Amino acid sequence: MGRALAAAVIGFFLIFFVIPLIWLLLAPSKTTTQLNALEGASPLSLGSFGQLVENWNGLVTFQDGIIWTWLGNSVLYSGAALIITLLVTIPAGYALAKTTFRFRHTLLVMTLMVMLIPNTALVLPIFLEINAVGLGGTPWAVILPFSFFPFGVYLTYIYFSTSISQDLLDAARVDGAGEVKVFWRIAMPLAKPVIALVGFFSFVTNWNNYFLPFVMVPGRKSPIQVGLAELISNVPLFNPTTVSSITISLPQLALATVISIVPVLIVFLFSQRFLVAGLTAGATKE
Amino acid sequence: MVYALYLAFTKGGEFVGFDNFTSVFGDFRFWPAVQHVAAYVVVWVLSLMIFVVLLALIVHSIRVRWMSSTTRFLFYIPGALAGSASVMLWLFMLDPTVSPVAVVLEQFGFTSFTQTVALAHLPVIFTIIAFWTGAGGWIIIMYGALNSISNEVMEAARMDGAGLVKTAFHIQIPLLRKWIAYMAIVSLAAGSQLFVEPKILSLASRGVVPKDYSLNQLAYVIAFGPQADFNGSAAISIMLLVVAAGLSAFFVFRGGLFERD
Repeated sequence: MGRALAAAVIGFFLIFFVIPLIWLLLAPSKTTTQLNALEGASPLSLGSFGQLVENWNGLVTFQDGIIWTWLGNSVLYSGAALIITLLVTIPAGYALAKTTFRFRHTLLVMTLMVMLIPNTALVLPIFLEINAVGLGGTPWAVILPFSFFPFGVYLTYIYFSTSISQDLLDAARVDGAGEVKVFWRIAMPLAKPVIALVGFFSFVTNWNNYFLPFVMVPGRKSPIQVGLAELISNVPLFNPTTVSSITISLPQLALATVISIVPVLIVFLFSQRFLVAGLTAGATKE
Repeated sequence: MVYALYLAFTKGGEFVGFDNFTSVFGDFRFWPAVQHVAAYVVVWVLSLMIFVVLLALIVHSIRVRWMSSTTRFLFYIPGALAGSASVMLWLFMLDPTVSPVAVVLEQFGFTSFTQTVALAHLPVIFTIIAFWTGAGGWIIIMYGALNSISNEVMEAARMDGAGLVKTAFHIQIPLLRKWIAYMAIVSLAAGSQLFVEPKILSLASRGVVPKDYSLNQLAYVIAFGPQADFNGSAAISIMLLVVAAGLSAFFVFRGGLFERD
């Protein structure tokens, strides 16, 4: 009885999550009229492969293949920020969870507060700061703010404070390991799940960030999200006043959207293998 | 943050005390926006807390490896779609004439897009959109957290005869306290800053959903619209921050977020 109920719940939510996705995947193979359920097409019907090719060609010739530039930029910004974020958040969370120092509480509170501030309120000050140090318009103008990830610090903090027992670390200290060794040899290997988690969330959050890059690096240095917005502004449905001679159709927009998700999905699949159970089994006698 | 504080208490460079705050309070769009956001936050945070934990527990109990990974993957993909990419998606999903789920919409008696996005329905509609996009990520986090509960504890519970439900309520959920508290805080903050979803729907519905539905939108409109009042906008941001901080404090203490063993 219990199992059937659980299966029903999962089934329901799976349908809830998946139907819009199926629609999105099918959309690039149709024409705009088919999408609008005219010509007798139902919303979940499959279009034609020929139409898919046509939409693809239209999309990649837009502004001479600028979509690839956008994607490349996104990879650069999110990738570089990912490395810096990991280098910073893992030790930070560890320190907040496992060591004692004067301002621990204050730091925790401040990190939380900054996380609560609306993103839009922060963009303007960041813009002024970056320009003040002369980095305006460079990739660093995006990479550095991206690397700042209090959400990640909290993830590592909670992880280290709940999943790694103090006894384990003390055992290592008693065996003569210094603090750095304790962190590097004991805590880090056990932190695989949270490293994967933080890395993943950092990459995706930065990949999806629109407003900051929009302000910092417009034009050819834009990442894919800003690019998508530009595509949207070329779709007559959403922007009736567009004067561009090259319009983007809705199915082409859907195709661009699908393309923009692919790297995220790859990173997701890669990081999932690190979320395993039982890492600390048998490490201490409790 | 400091800059926002500075902006909130000054006007044209001069210190004006609470003037910006009072002028914003008096704005006729302010209280409706507050009500909209409050209604949304209640529905949103509660739904998230209940359903994410429930789904994470169920997914965690799936023993078949490929089923477990596939389910998590499918739950997560919607989260990969950012705001600008969802515009088109929800425009179609909520329109009974072209939606794949028209059948469901018709059950509620909606026959047109404008009916679906009527003002009274919006807290639920926005929760649905935000849940669709956001729940997956939290389910992944909770799943990881569940994995960090040692196998011995779970086995001990099994040996003591605890079934799935008892284990969930007495072992797993209490051990997840910090994570659940964190999720509540973040979703509260995100919820009170509701911006992207109403902006999308406002654009897609060409104004049927108002441009100043949520407080954050109002702040945006005040700053970048005809008023060009950055100070008033900063005042709203600070208010949002204070409320979010106050409610978060509640969760910090209830969830023991700052404790450690």
